[in-house]
Amino acid sequence: MSMKIDRRSFLALGVGGAVGTALTPLPWKIQDDLAIWTQMWPWTPDPPGGANTYVNTVSPLCGSGCGVTVRKVGERAVKIEGRKDFPTNEGGLCNLCAAGLQMLYGPTRVPFPMKRIGERGANEWQRISWEEAISMLAEQLGEIRQAGQPETVCCLSGRRYGSMPDLLKRFMTAYGSPNFTVMPSMADGYDMMLKRMHGVEGRVGFDLGKADYILSFGSGLIEGWGNTAYMIRINSLWKENNATIKQIEPRLSNTAAKADQWIPITPGTEVLLALGIAYVIIKESLYNYDFVNNYASGFEALRSFVLSGYSPGNVAKQTGVDQSTIVTLAREFARSRRPLALCGRGQGHVPGALGGYVAVHLLNALVGNINRPGGVWALPRPAMEGWPEPMLDAQAQAGMAKPRLDGAGGPAFPFAEQLANRLPQAITAGRPYPLKALLVYEANPVFSMPGAAAVRQALQQVPFIVSFATHMDETAAIADLILPNHAHLERWDDVAVTAGYNRPLVGLAQAVVAPQQDTMHTGDVFLQVAATLGGSLAASLAWNDYAACLQEGHAAHWADLEENGYWLDRSYAPETWSFAFPTPSGKFDFTASDGDLKALFAPIPAEGDGGSYNLKLIAYDSVRIANGAVGSPPFLIKTVSDKVLEGNTLLVDVNPETAQAAGFREGDAALLKTPLGSASVRVHLSPDLMPGLVAIPRGLGHTAYDDYLAEKGINANDLIGPVEDPASGLDATWGILASLVKA
Amino acid sequence: MSKSDDTKHVAGERQEKAPDTSGTGASILLFFVIGFALSLVVGWGIFPKLLYSKKKQPVDFNHAMHLELVDEGCQSCHFFRADGSFSGAPTLAQCIGCHDEMQGDTANEMNFYENYIQKDREVPWLIYAKQPQCVFFSHVAHVKMANMDCVTCHGFIGDSTQLPIYEQNRISLYSRNIWGKNIGGFKENTWDRMKMDDCSECHVREGVRQASVQTAKGGCFVCHK
Repeated sequence: MSMKIDRRSFLALGVGGAVGTALTPLPWKIQDDLAIWTQMWPWTPDPPGGANTYVNTVSPLCGSGCGVTVRKVGERAVKIEGRKDFPTNEGGLCNLCAAGLQMLYGPTRVPFPMKRIGERGANEWQRISWEEAISMLAEQLGEIRQAGQPETVCCLSGRRYGSMPDLLKRFMTAYGSPNFTVMPSMADGYDMMLKRMHGVEGRVGFDLGKADYILSFGSGLIEGWGNTAYMIRINSLWKENNATIKQIEPRLSNTAAKADQWIPITPGTEVLLALGIAYVIIKESLYNYDFVNNYASGFEALRSFVLSGYSPGNVAKQTGVDQSTIVTLAREFARSRRPLALCGRGQGHVPGALGGYVAVHLLNALVGNINRPGGVWALPRPAMEGWPEPMLDAQAQAGMAKPRLDGAGGPAFPFAEQLANRLPQAITAGRPYPLKALLVYEANPVFSMPGAAAVRQALQQVPFIVSFATHMDETAAIADLILPNHAHLERWDDVAVTAGYNRPLVGLAQAVVAPQQDTMHTGDVFLQVAATLGGSLAASLAWNDYAACLQEGHAAHWADLEENGYWLDRSYAPETWSFAFPTPSGKFDFTASDGDLKALFAPIPAEGDGGSYNLKLIAYDSVRIANGAVGSPPFLIKTVSDKVLEGNTLLVDVNPETAQAAGFREGDAALLKTPLGSASVRVHLSPDLMPGLVAIPRGLGHTAYDDYLAEKGINANDLIGPVEDPASGLDATWGILASLVKA
Repeated sequence: MSKSDDTKHVAGERQEKAPDTSGTGASILLFFVIGFALSLVVGWGIFPKLLYSKKKQPVDFNHAMHLELVDEGCQSCHFFRADGSFSGAPTLAQCIGCHDEMQGDTANEMNFYENYIQKDREVPWLIYAKQPQCVFFSHVAHVKMANMDCVTCHGFIGDSTQLPIYEQNRISLYSRNIWGKNIGGFKENTWDRMKMDDCSECHVREGVRQASVQTAKGGCFVCHK
């Protein structure tokens, strides 16, 4: 019998092989290994193993100053958690802070000091040494001072209180420039209101936990207003205590959705509603007689002003809020045990007109809820008490005598301390003098100031811009010199917890991890520049390093700071009414320092011509999108709803009624136009918004940062510009006229 | 066409092919057997050799010798931290207690002393029992609460005088100890394998709570958080 090998033999070989293979572990083992291999993607973060250590610090990432506990494995920070025994957040944390490790280890850090070598904004840089960087800065500042023009240097800080802004201000003072300024916020409005009504140079605090009726004029109470994590805790407390929350704003924000009542209002008319409520309280004699008669002045003037034009009927017509609602709000407010009226739109990044602060605060005053439990308190501002007075030589004195660029404290705006919103126009106009150098610390004005294009244009005119940015943001991108600061978990710092907290509280930030990049503490940079410049500057900033200057400033509380990580004046009590108001009359001033009440309370119209624009565009703040000095890290952007952002395209909220009238359906492409420009968007029908409005979030449309953030959506500040409040100089913007046309 | 024609035709065809039929059948059988046998050789013999790469530990460690010198058995070096987490392989900080000076003059000790102690570099131990990332394993639950001894899962490694060669799965990148030495997955002792079935075998037998403490959800969530 002969063997014949053919096709079938090989088939048999294959079948035999298959049967045999099925009887070996090979196929099953490979399947199992492949399944496990999918657990081992190289991009899956694999936290290092080892012993956990915990370091307490405060986060200087946003202004809240929450206490955090950083979990470390070895030298690596692996998790940021809320510090459970910190007085404000008590273990809570906002999502920006929770994503903070991406700000520390992410790729958008400025890795080393750099000088610009290409055109401005061309993103061409050359690495330089720290010695060269500091001598470049010192040389420029030295030359300007030598020329007798120290006032032509401006320092813009994103932070208001604490050792760093105080150190920068001290440097500027000793250098001879009055132009130290802070990014605008609702603190400007509240501060100015305190000056004019209380006669106090201080800050406001709210005894939030004890309030039982909260009338919020558009404040995003659980969306980043004040101290984010603390406010979420306070909101829970309000629910437990059955406090009533009334939210007044044109859009059903999260705060409005969780409130007892949402009162939609025509944007920009909030001041009228407050006066309408005051009208009912005065007319029905529901106010606190003791406070009004014995501790306040100007009540008669206010009374006749309010009664002459702000009847609920009148106010209802202009605000869109029912007459009966106005009367009910007034009666409920006045009859509550501890009513509290709050303002500061959204997160309070755009202050709004002074009239709004005064109108809302006079409601608190009418019910006598000032410096009382559950009320509004005037507190002293945090200060570096341990520092000696700075020394001013003749040059410094001459410079400090010059008017400020932004006009704050000048004849037009005597009550203002800073009006950063007026800087761009002053720079562009070159009046009262041209700006020669701008130092930017923890601020990103090119992105986060309304009218961003005009801000960029103004800054382009400044011959020398120095950024101390930790991350490559839009302002750093047009700087001449970037001297990167340590990131938030790499540096010693202090955060004066203000943002409406009603006790003096300072948190100490410590270096949780060693600097990951070739960065330097901005405090040390200024100390070295001062030493290089010599003279009274060196004498005024004579500390060996920033740590020493931090410690000396807080000398009185340093032991507490070192031991607990914070200092809290638990026993702080506000002044009683007899001593609380150092005004000329010694009383609370209902007329806000004889201001022209009519001018003060005049609603500020939005920019634009009603003929060509039939809608109003408003911007809102979301707790899911960082819109301050730092951009959203990837973890944060992941939380943005696909009703807001689809890919890189922004969806704008439009009321279905309005959309239908304009022929838009859900998801339609559209061109959103305002007097400042236009942007391609898509339409999202949202009954959460009053008709006639378009709403977009703040904090998107970055051009800087990484692929997770850049080019996503549009920057609200590109479409909405600033509008100056004639009474105060503050930015009164609440929106802009707009149109939505089919694309 | 008639029936006989048809038959004839078929028969004729059969006649044509007939001489080859038996040869083909034999070759099919033979090839089947060859394929069968070869695949068994590959599957049981060659495949395991290809699947695993062999790595030597950076330092050869004598467990038996060290165990004689310490007071608290395995836990002298593999201990529980204050927060209840398990320390696993010792860090340099633990070794340095004795090895801040060279202990003897073996090549192995020289290697350890010069390359790690003197350079203050952690030894990159290869961990035989490292579970995949999706597994949450708590030593404290097994050792302190269930009073299990180390041997039940790790075998008699404590008696060894040399560290075994670390075999790494080329696909999954994990240690061979998880699947076990036997490529067929057969085991004789509890410590021969560390796969999910081995965990659950004991969990079922011992009546371990079949729900996660954290999520109160069923069996999977006990280990897969």
